[in-house]
Amino acid sequence: MKNLLTSVCLTLSLVSPLALAEQVNLYSARKEALIKPLLDKFTQQTGISVNLVTGKADNLITRLKSEGRFSPADLLLTTDVGRLYRAKQQGLTQVISSSDKADAIPVNFRDTEGHWLGLSLRARPIMIANNRKVDGDVASLEDLATDTWKGRVCIRSSSNIYNQSMVAAMLSQVGEEQTQNWANRFVKNFARPPQGGDRDQIKAVAAGQCDVAIANTYYLAGMLSSEDETQIAQAKAVKVIWPNQADRGSHVNISGVALAKNAPNKAAARKLIDFLLTEESQAWYANTNHEYPVLPNVEWSPLLQSFGQFKAESVVLSQLGELNPLSVRVMDKAGWK
Amino acid sequence: MTKFSRCNPWSLGVGLICLVLIAPIVLIFASLALPQYEVWQHLAETVLADYVTNSLLLAFGVGVLVVLIGGPLAWAVARYEFVGRSHIQWLALLPLAMPAYIIAYCYTGLLDFAGPVQSALRASFGWKYGEYYFPEIRSLSGAVLMLSLVLYPYVYMLAKTAFSELPSSMEETAKSLGCSTSQFIFKLVLPIARPAILMGAALAMMEAFADYGTVQYFGISTFTTGVFRTWFGLGNGIAAAQLAAMLTTFVMLLLILEFYSRRKIKYYSQGQKRGPRPRTQLRGARGILVAGLCLLPIILGFMIPVGQLLYWSIHTYSAQLDAAFVSLVWNSFYLAAITALVVVSLAVLFAYAKRLNTSRGIHAVINTVSLGYALPGTVIAIGAMLILTQLDIYLNDLTEAWFNFTPGLVLSGTLFALVLVYSIRFLAVAMHNLDTGMARVKPSLDEAAKSFGVSAWHIIRTIHIPLLKTSIFSACLLVFVDVLKELPATLILRPFNFNTLAVRTFELASDERLMEAAIPALAIVLVGIVPVVFLSRMTDKQNSR
Repeated sequence: MKNLLTSVCLTLSLVSPLALAEQVNLYSARKEALIKPLLDKFTQQTGISVNLVTGKADNLITRLKSEGRFSPADLLLTTDVGRLYRAKQQGLTQVISSSDKADAIPVNFRDTEGHWLGLSLRARPIMIANNRKVDGDVASLEDLATDTWKGRVCIRSSSNIYNQSMVAAMLSQVGEEQTQNWANRFVKNFARPPQGGDRDQIKAVAAGQCDVAIANTYYLAGMLSSEDETQIAQAKAVKVIWPNQADRGSHVNISGVALAKNAPNKAAARKLIDFLLTEESQAWYANTNHEYPVLPNVEWSPLLQSFGQFKAESVVLSQLGELNPLSVRVMDKAGWK
Repeated sequence: MTKFSRCNPWSLGVGLICLVLIAPIVLIFASLALPQYEVWQHLAETVLADYVTNSLLLAFGVGVLVVLIGGPLAWAVARYEFVGRSHIQWLALLPLAMPAYIIAYCYTGLLDFAGPVQSALRASFGWKYGEYYFPEIRSLSGAVLMLSLVLYPYVYMLAKTAFSELPSSMEETAKSLGCSTSQFIFKLVLPIARPAILMGAALAMMEAFADYGTVQYFGISTFTTGVFRTWFGLGNGIAAAQLAAMLTTFVMLLLILEFYSRRKIKYYSQGQKRGPRPRTQLRGARGILVAGLCLLPIILGFMIPVGQLLYWSIHTYSAQLDAAFVSLVWNSFYLAAITALVVVSLAVLFAYAKRLNTSRGIHAVINTVSLGYALPGTVIAIGAMLILTQLDIYLNDLTEAWFNFTPGLVLSGTLFALVLVYSIRFLAVAMHNLDTGMARVKPSLDEAAKSFGVSAWHIIRTIHIPLLKTSIFSACLLVFVDVLKELPATLILRPFNFNTLAVRTFELASDERLMEAAIPALAIVLVGIVPVVFLSRMTDKQNSR
């Protein structure tokens, strides 16, 4: 029992924050492997140490909220705009003072009041079988809801935020009625009940279980650059089709950062944001996780270039967060599991 | 006054600890005070029926299957001698070390339409999609199978102890009265072993109710996935808490059922004066057949998934085994060890409180604590977080006003929060083990000791603990392994710069990088094996004494 007490005390003392050196505390929904190398570089360059907790965005937001004014968090990093919006709605963020770098981000990829900004872009196009002849044309999400594609579409569960954001984007651009109609017919075209992640949809297309899938490009890129021959072969069996190029553009989401309202290390946090927007960091996202840089002047990795250029939706991203509950209802009603 | 004087200080203490532990559960039920008609109407019209049926089918499917796997396995190992029995009896525990979501990933990788098995079938027979039948792994029955393959050891462990403690005199008496073997099994053994078997099944079912990782990956809508969807997707935390309360109610019913089915029998072991019957030798083909059947769940629940993990990790191990990885292993190990000690100490305390206290209040409160096992880790974690952060804020406000000093989030921002949540979540596992152990200790022993004027503490130390040693150790083992595998609460409440193997596995797997996830997953399994082997050695020694 004594040993137990000592070890508990030891642990407690180890993790209690030391306020001596300059530091930034980060709540990150971006996985450790996809952010830590950048943070290490930041520490090397500036001497500011970065404390990191990763987790699911919603849980991190709940934590931030319940910790209130004693929260140690400086920055919140998420991988979709819906959560940045939620954090702001709940009054957990504050204005990031503008800098040249932040101002260079296209307007629709940052908050109008400057509470959050995008760090990288994630595109969610259609992927079609490339290893066999596929009947039928597809140029838009709407096409996938026609009878031509009956029993031939693979997509993951509607519990996933990428699908929720995609439908929310549609809601904001074409309205509820049209979106509901689309969803009802789209769900009838599913080749199988939604299951697995995005990579699983790509694999199912490669294996012939379905002819088209919807998935984020970085999963495809991740498979192409994997060390597993099977995955590479599966990824090569599909090709990217950018939907809705003739009208509203293809769906994109952002990963982004917000400054916490009670951030104890504001100055250091701003330094970190600026660092994440340097050309070097932006290129790192593109090369490591194959996300599109948010700054227009940064060059894409060869893999991203191979998927081709595309026109992105110009929807105001904060609306996706606002419309998220409605999008879940629409999908519930359509029977999208 | 009389009522007050009956409350001795330590049962008051037990009550207080219970209160802390059930606070998050109470918080969940408090949500019922704020009805959310509109959201519930939407849920009832669309998805609620799915949540209810799928959760119930999953839990009952798992309950039946774990008994069907664990029961016969325990019987064979406890009563017969056959080739490899001494190894099989501890190998059969190994699937415990395998997190359910990992076995689900492994089998999906193998059996999926695009996986090697089906691809090979298509290649060798020239079939195409839709031209042949192959069971879909990502389905409700698939989830039942996955969970059962890793949860059957609960039944196996408890049933094995019960079977091997049957006194030899019983079978002799039954035989002499003309009982056939099947009569002996169904009329005598099963009724006596029923508490143990049902407890194992109840634990497995609670775990199935709480499962999130597997059902989410398989795309099955259950209460747990529904809680998150309602909370974050629909943005209604209160309705989500109400869903969780509904789930908890199911589990309460389950526990009440289990309790009543057990209450009818009060059977206490008569000690081991004559010892258990020696095991029957099975030779030749019969022995090999039995050994083969016993190996089956071990192969399916452990060897195949481990093989798959090993195969995946061939490509990736060099990039992952660094100093940071060692600290992951260490963090996981000591967190699980500390928690196991805390939880089992609490369980001993509670088991004792229940035994010495006939007041219904204490029993009810203690039983409520064990509901935590069926709640999704996330729900408990968030409940605890809301309470702890509030306490932290009060504390900081106080110290700020008095000493102009803020200690920070000492409760919610440290490992204390994690240990607390694990205690709520896993106390049931430890308590069920101790209850089964306790049931084997005759109350007459207590009475005899009491009549000699021996103190209560002395009774625990010199009579109960030696008799309960096996139960205590198996409780330690189960909690240790459960904490090792635990994911959602760890993810939510861990302090800065603190990662565990489960967190690392999840991060990679949820990013659909299964090959990279294989190494930390294997490490969880390996660290989990250590106490499993240790425990089986110990129970072995005890049984052979």
